[in-house]
Amino acid sequence: MIPAAFDYTRAASVEDAVTVLAGAGDDGKVLAGGQSLLPMLRLRLAAPTMVVDLGGVAELRGVRDDGDALVIGAMTTHDDVTKHPLVREHAPLIAQAAETVGDRQVRHMGTFGGSLAHADPAGDLPGVALALDAVMSVAGPDGMRDVPAGDFFVDYFTTALGASDVLVSVRVPKLTGWSTHYEKFHQMAQSWSVVGVAAAVRRSNGSIAEARVALTNMGVTPIRARGVEEALTGAPATADTVAAAAARAMEGASPLTDGTASAEYRTQLAPVLTRRAVMAAGGL
Amino acid sequence: MTRISMTVDGVRYDDDVEPRTLLVQHLRDRLGKVGTVVGCDTSNCGACTVLLSGKSVKSCSILAVQADSADVTTIEGLAGDGGELHPVQAAFHEQHGLQCGYCTPGMIMAAVDLLTENAEPTDAEIREGLEGNLCRCTGYQNIVRAVRAAAESMRTSVPSTPETAEAGAREGVTT
Amino acid sequence: MTVTEQRPSGEVGRDRRRKEDARLITGRTTWTDNLSLPGMLHLAILRSPMAHARITGIDVTAAREMTAVVDVFTGRDVADVQGSLPCAWTVTPDLKHPDHPPLAVDEVRFAGEPIAVVAARDWASALDALEAIDVDYEPLPAVLDMEAALADGAPLVHDSLGTNKAFTWVFDSAEAGTGGDLADALAQAEVVVRRRYVQQRLIPAFMEPRSVVVDPTPDQITMWSSTQVPHFVRFFLAALLGTPEHKIRVIAPDVGGGFGGKLQITAEEFITFLTAQRLHKPVKYTESRSESMLAAHHGRDMIQEVEIGARRDGTVTGLGVRLLANMGGYLRLLTPATPLLGRYMYNGIYKFPAHRFECTGVFTTTTPTDAYRGAGRPEATFAIERAMDDLAAELGMEPMELRRRNWIRHDEFPFTTVTGLTYDSGDYEAATERAMELFRYDELRREQQERRHRGDRVQLGVGISTYTEMCGLAPSRWLGSLGYAAGGWESASVRMLPTGKVEVLTGTTPHGQGHETVWSQIVADQLGVPFEDVEVMHGDTRTSHKGLDTYGSRSLAVGGYALVEACRRVVEKARPMAAHMLECDPADLEFVDGQFRVRGAPGAAKSITECALAIFAAHDLPDGVEPYLDADASYDPVDFSFPHGTHLCAVEVDTETGMATIRSYVAVDDVGRAVNPLIVEGQVHGGVAQGIAQALFEEARYDEDGNLMTGTFVEYTIPSASDLPDLVTDRTETPAPGHPLGAKGVGEAGTIASTPAVVNAVVDALRPLGVTDVRMPCTPERVWSTIQAARSANGGEPR
Repeated sequence: MIPAAFDYTRAASVEDAVTVLAGAGDDGKVLAGGQSLLPMLRLRLAAPTMVVDLGGVAELRGVRDDGDALVIGAMTTHDDVTKHPLVREHAPLIAQAAETVGDRQVRHMGTFGGSLAHADPAGDLPGVALALDAVMSVAGPDGMRDVPAGDFFVDYFTTALGASDVLVSVRVPKLTGWSTHYEKFHQMAQSWSVVGVAAAVRRSNGSIAEARVALTNMGVTPIRARGVEEALTGAPATADTVAAAAARAMEGASPLTDGTASAEYRTQLAPVLTRRAVMAAGGL
Repeated sequence: MTRISMTVDGVRYDDDVEPRTLLVQHLRDRLGKVGTVVGCDTSNCGACTVLLSGKSVKSCSILAVQADSADVTTIEGLAGDGGELHPVQAAFHEQHGLQCGYCTPGMIMAAVDLLTENAEPTDAEIREGLEGNLCRCTGYQNIVRAVRAAAESMRTSVPSTPETAEAGAREGVTT
Repeated sequence: MTVTEQRPSGEVGRDRRRKEDARLITGRTTWTDNLSLPGMLHLAILRSPMAHARITGIDVTAAREMTAVVDVFTGRDVADVQGSLPCAWTVTPDLKHPDHPPLAVDEVRFAGEPIAVVAARDWASALDALEAIDVDYEPLPAVLDMEAALADGAPLVHDSLGTNKAFTWVFDSAEAGTGGDLADALAQAEVVVRRRYVQQRLIPAFMEPRSVVVDPTPDQITMWSSTQVPHFVRFFLAALLGTPEHKIRVIAPDVGGGFGGKLQITAEEFITFLTAQRLHKPVKYTESRSESMLAAHHGRDMIQEVEIGARRDGTVTGLGVRLLANMGGYLRLLTPATPLLGRYMYNGIYKFPAHRFECTGVFTTTTPTDAYRGAGRPEATFAIERAMDDLAAELGMEPMELRRRNWIRHDEFPFTTVTGLTYDSGDYEAATERAMELFRYDELRREQQERRHRGDRVQLGVGISTYTEMCGLAPSRWLGSLGYAAGGWESASVRMLPTGKVEVLTGTTPHGQGHETVWSQIVADQLGVPFEDVEVMHGDTRTSHKGLDTYGSRSLAVGGYALVEACRRVVEKARPMAAHMLECDPADLEFVDGQFRVRGAPGAAKSITECALAIFAAHDLPDGVEPYLDADASYDPVDFSFPHGTHLCAVEVDTETGMATIRSYVAVDDVGRAVNPLIVEGQVHGGVAQGIAQALFEEARYDEDGNLMTGTFVEYTIPSASDLPDLVTDRTETPAPGHPLGAKGVGEAGTIASTPAVVNAVVDALRPLGVTDVRMPCTPERVWSTIQAARSANGGEPR
């Protein structure tokens, strides 16, 4: 299949992109790596009249050290994110999860920001961004603004980005002294996550000092498993306490039944995978 | 129409394209590079895999305009000027890594890309590295064997790396 | 014997690398979609978004006005010329065979059925114009569930038929005189196991989407089609569309896989042909993958009710099978016959004294089903191998031991089974022994016991499949007696050119099997010429005009026989020439390694290539020898041949998530003599992968309205390299007594064997939890929910 016809702008800058998008109203669409967008266009499930390509905006690519945080350009590919030394050192959870996105070819084109902006509930990176308390830097007609991950993912395939907004970069606080794990559950290599669990744990003297857990595909947006985090905080780092904490994974979750799995099955998986993720993150 | 310029298998092409034109359509329908094929609508099958600036991509999920100024290598540009096969092509033949052959161009290009990054992959790494390419004939057994054999021959023989093979394929072609 | 004992003396038996590869690995292949002819138009087809509806109006006015659009037409526009797609197998005299217009006229009966066609100067414009066609539908009830479809008062797929039942076909061994009465046998049994197995619907999913190009020149209409059966296509185009057969040429160029999915006369072929005739221009249609998933025929989709009775010692007394087979909305080429191709094989490799089989075909508002790799035999093998495992569990007997007690022993061949077929040869003992050794069967059983004992979260299962299959379709007389429209012979033409090179025309149509290589090996041995000197041509009705194409593991079993015979005739034609040149009696010549030698006179010899030149020159031909050294032969098989083997699979099941992961897989197959063991191994690999895919991964699903929910590769999940295990394969060789090379077929064996091995392993892992069956595909959720159901049935406790 071939997409329906559209007008095309190769943006020279973020400002340029925002301006063109503003002119296109609701019929504009940002093209990042295109790995989710192109199949939708080909199947004619989406038919924007204006496509704004960010591929030529060099400032959107790359990872830089910003003191207590990393700043990942929205157009940095999954492949570059996965291999970047700063990401591997300060945000290995992102590297681990990004490496499970799509396949090699998709990771060569698909972008970190594109995945977040697409906000597929089965996407792995939104949950990771949420677990890491990432902050999105967004350019819009009224200038730049910051949106915390907790406010960014609004609904099913819906973010806080307006029709004329462009996600510029993602600020990820460095987690020093933490260890992390992303537990992805899917039957087949090409399948999306049925459920995913992003876990970060800081251990101290045989206890879990702090924990952050976010769940993928346990609702229309990624969610933080606050009950699990609460149960883990200050608890002894043992298999039993982790299992007991993981049993609270469903607090706040509202999984959907879709073509991939039933809500009942996701309800079974969430505590099991949470336990496994925390155990792996905690080195237990 | 949008003006684009790209180098494909060592030859530079300047064309006006409709923005909606997929890279693979541009390659097949405009440039006559029909060695690269289409197997699906959803970027699952990988039959259309080419190298874009040295990295594997699915040419059905990229607009031709996105490849403006890029260097593209297809299955047709992989062999040397004298027709000598790339080690991955040779290994697919030697190890019976293909049957109907429809997935083969993409599978070979994906394998070339994989071996660029990992010259000595384990079988598990080969399988994972080719997860973006579907084959319905071989059960992948001999594809894995072929990639393993290609890796071995590229480590031990002269026309060793894909980069040099690609560079070789590009040399001597007027632009 | 195992294969390592074989030492090939010539080409046959060698691991020849394939001739086909050179063009395939360099991107120099001729796929149909690669063709571009001057002035060629591109087609796009509007397809029904409804499973069942009356078409009350179609407005194509706006589409006709669009840029680059040349023609738009509907089923009504071509109603009197488009004919009806053929079904070639009238399985019962009262088979209900509804009209199947290529373009729907008044009513659509599956989502994806073609409704209207756009021809445009480019494909994008054709697709754009589809969106401008306005269709009014009056929805009719979707008919999806086979059992509900057979109930009184059920909505009908075809009102005019008055029923959704296409046919019922019965075999009873007592009536046939091939065995006892099933009811008696079950009454005498000490244990009877009754099971209901579901063969989910599958999609063949060949990698190359179907494509058709038609060039209507004034002299002849040429069709290139990505088909397994160009000879069939030509015949049916002529027979059903009224164009004289000699004015039609059909070419199957390089074809990217088929697996039965391209064993079809398609609506798209008819539509493209009609468009080219209407417009007098070359026309191309290439389907997208999502169209292919909707419109190319599907496979399997049967419900199997099995009852098997046995004495306590494990001796089976009888087997009953009742089958519901989903036809889909229409009958395609072999739709009703596909479930019946399995009907001879439900007894598997066993000596059952009584058997009854009943199959009912059911119309539903879904994509028509038809052949998919194995076509009826994987389903049969699944049922019997699953039932044998379930029976063993019921008897408390080791499942391999139960099989041994019932299988046909090596010294009992040839053996006439309870279905009336005579199995030619086999050695189930040897294949099984080798498989168990490679698999480390006893070790795995011990580990299984340990895991069970400690209540491991991950349980281990061992699955067995000891299978046979009938291949080499097929004796024409047999086909005729069963209502099939064609025969099952195959042909070959061999010509030695004046320079001694050889051209071979085969009626088989390979699409990945490597006939160019294997046929070259056979000819090289038969004529004593180098492998490289043989060129094999196929898939073009103008050149290889005699043939019945490639499906049903028939090409080597039937076509290979014809090829050997054609070579033999070439040698016999050369013999009088050689004798003439050597001034001896033809009877005194022996033909060895391409040389005619005079017996008892060393040194007196003429090569067959010298004969070829002399016969071509024709200056001094002996009486009765015609110029040109060539010969044709055809072969109609006397009977089927029966490859067999033992496949063993170990599966780990995570009982928390339901994830079933194959840990090891061993296949030992006996396909008779292997002409090219490398290719045989490749066929087994691919076949096993497809069988594993049915067991674990694939299922075509419809929603309650009859929309296909698995319309792309995102939802219809065929496995990647990451999803499949390393396969251990080996062979035993029990030559086929009825074949000059001793060869049987191998194309479908792996698929037939593997599915029950995997599912048996999954069930075996979970039997202690009270699980007796897991419906395919054994996805994590389905395994998990099966475990849950078993637990609650057992009061929450492991059994």
